[in-house]
Amino acid sequence: MSARESILRRLRERADGTLPIPEADFSVVTGRGWSQEERLQRFEARISSVHGEVIHASTDEWVVALREMLQTKGVTRLGLGRDHPVASEARAALQATGIELVDAGRDIETWSREQFESLDAGLTSTRGGIAETGSLWLWPTPDEPRRLSLVPPLHIAVLDAEAIEDTFFDVVERHGWAGQMPTNALLISGPSKTADIEQTLAYGVHGPRELVVLIRH
Amino acid sequence: MNVQTFTPQAFHRQAHDALGNPQIRSNFRRAMDGLMAKRRDAFGDWDIETLRDLGANIRLRALAKLPDLLEQLEANCQANGIRVHWAEDGEQACRIIRELCEARGARHVIKGKSMVSEEMHLNDHLEAAGIEALESDLGEYLVQLNEQTPSHIIMPAIHLNTEEISDVMHDRTGTERTIDVDYLTAAARAQLRERFMAADVGISGVNFAVAETGTLCLVENEGNGRMTTTVPPVHIAVTGIEKVVEHLRDVPPLYALLTRSATGQHVTTYFNMISGPRKPGERDGPEEVHLVLVDNGRSSIYQDNELLDTLRCIRCGACMNHCPVYTRVGGHTYGTTYPGPIGSILMPHLMGLEATKDLPSASSLCGACGEVCPVKIPIPDLLVRLRKEAVGEGRGNVEGAGVKRDRKEVLAWKGWQWLATHPGAWRAGAGVAGKFRFLSPSRLGPWTDYRTAPKPAATSLHAMVKQHRRKLEREDEK
Repeated sequence: MSARESILRRLRERADGTLPIPEADFSVVTGRGWSQEERLQRFEARISSVHGEVIHASTDEWVVALREMLQTKGVTRLGLGRDHPVASEARAALQATGIELVDAGRDIETWSREQFESLDAGLTSTRGGIAETGSLWLWPTPDEPRRLSLVPPLHIAVLDAEAIEDTFFDVVERHGWAGQMPTNALLISGPSKTADIEQTLAYGVHGPRELVVLIRH
Repeated sequence: MNVQTFTPQAFHRQAHDALGNPQIRSNFRRAMDGLMAKRRDAFGDWDIETLRDLGANIRLRALAKLPDLLEQLEANCQANGIRVHWAEDGEQACRIIRELCEARGARHVIKGKSMVSEEMHLNDHLEAAGIEALESDLGEYLVQLNEQTPSHIIMPAIHLNTEEISDVMHDRTGTERTIDVDYLTAAARAQLRERFMAADVGISGVNFAVAETGTLCLVENEGNGRMTTTVPPVHIAVTGIEKVVEHLRDVPPLYALLTRSATGQHVTTYFNMISGPRKPGERDGPEEVHLVLVDNGRSSIYQDNELLDTLRCIRCGACMNHCPVYTRVGGHTYGTTYPGPIGSILMPHLMGLEATKDLPSASSLCGACGEVCPVKIPIPDLLVRLRKEAVGEGRGNVEGAGVKRDRKEVLAWKGWQWLATHPGAWRAGAGVAGKFRFLSPSRLGPWTDYRTAPKPAATSLHAMVKQHRRKLEREDEK
């Protein structure tokens, strides 16, 4: 008998018989009823408390804020996609700035080390935000692959204010995640961190040292 | 740093050593006090009892449907392109993983944090086959550099202070001696980035495996879990069979409970949900994803209605952080993969009661572990159950049951029972004991290490009451 069959048989032929199936009441993880104003405040308070940096900008002028931020931080090589409106608008606005725009939508085998060693920042869109925990949700695409939000030392995430919802549970339910899970779905809540050395918080242990959330209104 | 080997058989000696080690005492005390305060704050604005009930019911539903959910998980993972393997024990799981590595000609494996892999001693197994297995979680990396095992399931290097870590890193990797945590962290980042690039295979654990969608969820702060599951061409996830949940909607409440209970965080930096290898057209991610489902004693725990609750565990470590024993003796003292209260109710099933007979007794039964458990595992009841199993009163379906059964003790209790149910004999015995009380020993083994030995009273309570009554009767007669 295979391991699979014998494990399943032991579980099915349980000595103490079948188990009752309890009801689960999910009301505690939903129904917050926050206004958009409250959602925004909560999101910002939470993500700031874990060293996420928030920049507010208008939907029309956000690329100006992006450009200023990149120049302040001294970014010279920025990884980004091509197709997503966030990427294409950013590309148009950063043309003559001297910042090198690095195409992230390439097969990773052709530029893995380059991505590890020479990118200053990665720019991605986000699908939305979660107010309760100050989280971003991302479904990486061929245009903005998984490593773009992970490998460069600075991650810039663009978020629309109205895409912030109350709780993780609400997001999973309202957007029907269960019926359409992508290869990789991510929640990101701040820059990479560790407290493994004597509980002292340090940022940027493996992933980005800095996370900037550019919120568009 | 000297390498020590800890075993559950030597629990008492190890506990004695740890209690006399001020470094261990202060490292754990400080860390656990901080974690307890942070957990309390993190649940501050929650209806925590309702949330814990929800967590418990989600886990109980998953266990009630366990065989069906495992099959559903397998089918959905396979539909997503994840290959699923089953292992009856740790040895078999190690072999499956080694063979997967060998099939790819892998020499370098990078690992994300996985307690199951610790449980089955995967690193030793791979190294014996000439495959290097490097831990990438910072705490695990430090513990591995120091040739130790984790002392906490969430914070593996909690027993080391910064100076000790600086020394280890200096000795093993040539970094400067410093207590600058940012420098040490940055040095580890640089060292490990090279290793991520060079790794042939990434091995991770799983926090929740979702049957409905064939999704593997990983909870972390550092990003090493995402690196491990994204950078190498092959990702092997290894998990106990009990980690499955039914629906995707079951995940948010468990995640909310896990991070708050473990480290007092409202959320971790990353929640990584993997539903397959790289699809055609995608630009990065592994070409192959494997899931290894490990039984290793879990299906026998599953047989028993009471012991079953052990399998609800979501591995947050809150029971350790709040345990007055763990806080004082630290994680290594237990000599087992999982230390603290959860270890004391889980390890006897994995290793047998003979090796672990002292663990269920390593508790004052104060109840803190059960009170903080996010999925309401009645840990104190399970500790008592295993104590009963150890002295041979239980149903005996735990391996090694009866190991602590002592014929003399059984006889003594039988004698006691007879005496206590025969008043005449009891009174006669009490009278004799009172007369010869000078003969009663002043030392009664370890019991009198911290207590004075009891002495039978010169006059028993029965006799005193009798005398008192007589006196009252005489006064009435007057």
